[in-house]
Amino acid sequence: MVPTSFYVFLAALLFTIGAVTVLVRRNTLIIYMGIELMLNAANLAFVAFARQFGDVAGQLFVFFVITVAAAEVAVGLALIVTIFHTKHSVDIDAISDLKG
Amino acid sequence: MFLETVAREGATFFHLAPLAVFVPLLGALVNGLIGRRLGERGVALVAVTASGFAFLVAVLQALSLTVHPEGAVVPVAEWITIGELRIAWAQQIDTLSVTMMLVVSGVGTLIHIYAVSYMHYDVRYKGDPGRYARFFAYFNLFIAMMMILVTGDSYLTLFVGWEGVGLCSFLLIGFWYEMDILGRPSTANARAAMKAFVVNRVGDAGFLLAMFLMFWFFGSLQFREVFEKVPEVAQAQPWVLLAITLLLLLGVTGKSAQIPLFVWLPDAMAGPTPVSALIHAATMVTAGVYLVTRSHEIYAAVPEAQAVVAVVGGLTALVAASMAVAQYDIKKVLAYSTISQLGFMVAAVGMGAFVAGMFHLVTHAFFKALLFLGSGSVIIALERAHHPLPEEGGHGHDHDHEEHKAHGEHEPFNPQDMRIMGGLMRRIPVTGWTYIIGSLALAGIPPLAGFWSKDEILLEAKHLQPVVYGLLSAAAFLTAFYIFRQVFMVFFGQPRSEAAAHAVESPRLMTGVLLVLALLSLTGGFLNTPWFHPFGQWLEHTLKEVEALPFDPLVAGISTGVGLVAIGLAWLTYRGTFAWSRWEQDPLQSLLKGLFDFLQASWHWDDLYQVVFVRGYRALAGFLAFAVDWTFWHDWFHDVVVAGGFRRISRFLSQPIDLGIIDGIANGLGNSVQGLALTLRRWQTGYVRNYALAVMFGVVGMLVYILWAIR
Amino acid sequence: MSLMLLFMLMGAVALAAAMGLLLARNAVYAALFLVLNMLALAVLFLSLGAPFLAMVQITVYAGAVMVLFLFVVMLLGAEVLPEEGGPIPWQKPLAFVLGGVLIGSLSWLIFVEATGMGRILPPPADYASPQELAMHLFQRYLLPFEVTSVLLLVAMLGALVMVQVERRRRARQQESQGS
Repeated sequence: MVPTSFYVFLAALLFTIGAVTVLVRRNTLIIYMGIELMLNAANLAFVAFARQFGDVAGQLFVFFVITVAAAEVAVGLALIVTIFHTKHSVDIDAISDLKG
Repeated sequence: MFLETVAREGATFFHLAPLAVFVPLLGALVNGLIGRRLGERGVALVAVTASGFAFLVAVLQALSLTVHPEGAVVPVAEWITIGELRIAWAQQIDTLSVTMMLVVSGVGTLIHIYAVSYMHYDVRYKGDPGRYARFFAYFNLFIAMMMILVTGDSYLTLFVGWEGVGLCSFLLIGFWYEMDILGRPSTANARAAMKAFVVNRVGDAGFLLAMFLMFWFFGSLQFREVFEKVPEVAQAQPWVLLAITLLLLLGVTGKSAQIPLFVWLPDAMAGPTPVSALIHAATMVTAGVYLVTRSHEIYAAVPEAQAVVAVVGGLTALVAASMAVAQYDIKKVLAYSTISQLGFMVAAVGMGAFVAGMFHLVTHAFFKALLFLGSGSVIIALERAHHPLPEEGGHGHDHDHEEHKAHGEHEPFNPQDMRIMGGLMRRIPVTGWTYIIGSLALAGIPPLAGFWSKDEILLEAKHLQPVVYGLLSAAAFLTAFYIFRQVFMVFFGQPRSEAAAHAVESPRLMTGVLLVLALLSLTGGFLNTPWFHPFGQWLEHTLKEVEALPFDPLVAGISTGVGLVAIGLAWLTYRGTFAWSRWEQDPLQSLLKGLFDFLQASWHWDDLYQVVFVRGYRALAGFLAFAVDWTFWHDWFHDVVVAGGFRRISRFLSQPIDLGIIDGIANGLGNSVQGLALTLRRWQTGYVRNYALAVMFGVVGMLVYILWAIR
Repeated sequence: MSLMLLFMLMGAVALAAAMGLLLARNAVYAALFLVLNMLALAVLFLSLGAPFLAMVQITVYAGAVMVLFLFVVMLLGAEVLPEEGGPIPWQKPLAFVLGGVLIGSLSWLIFVEATGMGRILPPPADYASPQELAMHLFQRYLLPFEVTSVLLLVAMLGALVMVQVERRRRARQQESQGS
């Protein structure tokens, strides 16, 4: 008996928190976690709408999102490790070589 | 028995007709693509089988026609569909087209067999044995194209074959494109091929224009649909039919080498001899005769055009025969003879004597192929005596090849020159006897093939066009004279060169074909005698209203008498040369003086074209190049008007406008961009979080905008 | 009513965990907060009739992915970083403002513009069973499914290559220093 809008609102809150985490934190790893949180928030909205419309297509999209997220984490962590070898830091602000 | 089965079951072989095109085409593909790997025997087997299969198909068509004489239209493929215009590629099988099929594939197969042996020598004497396969690929392609030509059920399909055989003719005339007929490095053969092609284009232009008119006024190019509307159009616009028939005649004069476009055929002798026999004597050049016969319903409606065609044919017959009298090249004589005989046929179909014309076409295919192949046998005999191939070292005169090469630079050995022949009867009797049979047939001596067909033409001419009758009778006289001049020069008297004295008879394969053709030349005339004429009845199914004129002893007597007199005159004139050991001067030349040179130069027809067309064209080109292009266009228009004007405009543009305004704008722009960039680059902080912030800013901004917009 | 209670409870846990992620000083704590968030979401998935996804969420996300995160955090020894100061101090307040605007406009969208979205009822027994999901996945979405598998392969290769290139570069450096 929960209104769908509650679920969607929760998803919106989690998404915003994730986005703010990405923008505010300097630890690259935590930024990645923020991204994961944003993806999770989107998943929640997908599942909620899938339930409301009684269509499993929304759940399948979650499935694909999880897969893509896993791939993204694998590549992202490899990037972080590589960067750490040159900068000896996971501080995102240490990487500013493209400064204009 | 077989026929009865066919008749009872109602079955026919008409549906097999496309194979007559596709099997030779397949042969051409096989020989053209992998011929070099097959070896000479493989190539020959493929080519002869393909051609022989086409003949088999033609025979089956003929058998079917004996049961269903009305024929059939066999669809092969959808070809062109543009709106209202629908042209299918279909094959029209009737007695006329099957007659042509039989001649083309029958004589074609015989010549294929002959060429198997002939080309074996030719490619070795010309120094490129690898070209053997290419020859047969072209030859099979020619058969396929000729089949398309004769079986097409519309003018357009016929035109495809028409151009296709023209292409094959071009390829085979220029077969030895890097040399002249003596094997010396030259562009002569290539130029001969080009000449044939270009002259034919003139005729084809006429054919094309005729087709355009036909499509415009008849709305179709299909034979049946066109012929159905002929009376209607003849009533409404008679000039259209006149234009169409005369334009078709232009096409005919190109392909069948009539005045004024005959000049390419003598040069076409640059091709190997089987090519001259098949393409430039027996089949392709008769396509024009076939075209007129096929269009008989149009021609019958325009008597004026018929008269023009008949006169063109009669004049060609006479003029070309006179040119043949003064030639020394064994093949050139036959080339002019072919033109002359084609003139007979064109005159016949022009007069409306279609059966006579087609009959002469058939018999001429027999005896002219025989004569050409005989001349090829003579040529090879001399070549082999002159320098034997290594594989047959024992034969003939034991010459040192190298020495001859060196010697040949002063006075090149020309195996086609009749002046170095003589007395060959003793050395190559089979070739000699068959050649004499062919010559008698050509001269119109009864009861050989040429007599019956020529007699029929003369008979019709006497009734229909007395002027043409006179022309043709004179031509018949000259025909008998020139062909026996040749026979006496080549086969009688003393050998006038080492090569002639040691000539070697050709292999059995070649002489066998000569014997078959000689038999056909002997008996072919009985197809259509005045008393018994199955050929006329056969064609009647297609041509309608054929009436055979009764035998006229006067006409037959005159033509035979004229022929015999001419042979006698030739004997009297050339008897003196029999004792010569080398050629001194042609007795006829001492008799006729300047006229002989005039005839030898083929009435200076080529020179006339040289002056009028080639030099005129050059003068026009020169005028265009120097006066129009250089002085007017380049010097005045380009330099003064364009360049001068441009210079003035550009000076104006460069000084005040470019330096002042444009540069001002450009520099101003550059400066302001630079300033802007210096400011903007500060935004590029390099911090990833800043960029993420920018993305977030964009997303939120858009979201807010959308929310505001949807209210 | 119990569904509402469950939602409230788990929503509160998820929000609290998310705030913990945002505020945690130590990266290890942040990761653990995220795990908690995901577990809460998994329960919510269950209440929405997606049992299969809930399991995937726990095994893949809370299990594999987060273990990978923790592993890298500890490998690099990057648990704690100074968060204050830094080269762009104005980023933080701007980010909070933007976040506020975002959640504000989303709330407006959800509660004012898009009213009447319906209600979530307890799911029927056969809704979104693994069989049904599989039927859809391997029939209608077969091509995307295969493409994702290629994507995973490419990601794996990419990760490998990146580390490999790095290792080779260092090997060269050592070589040149040695000579």
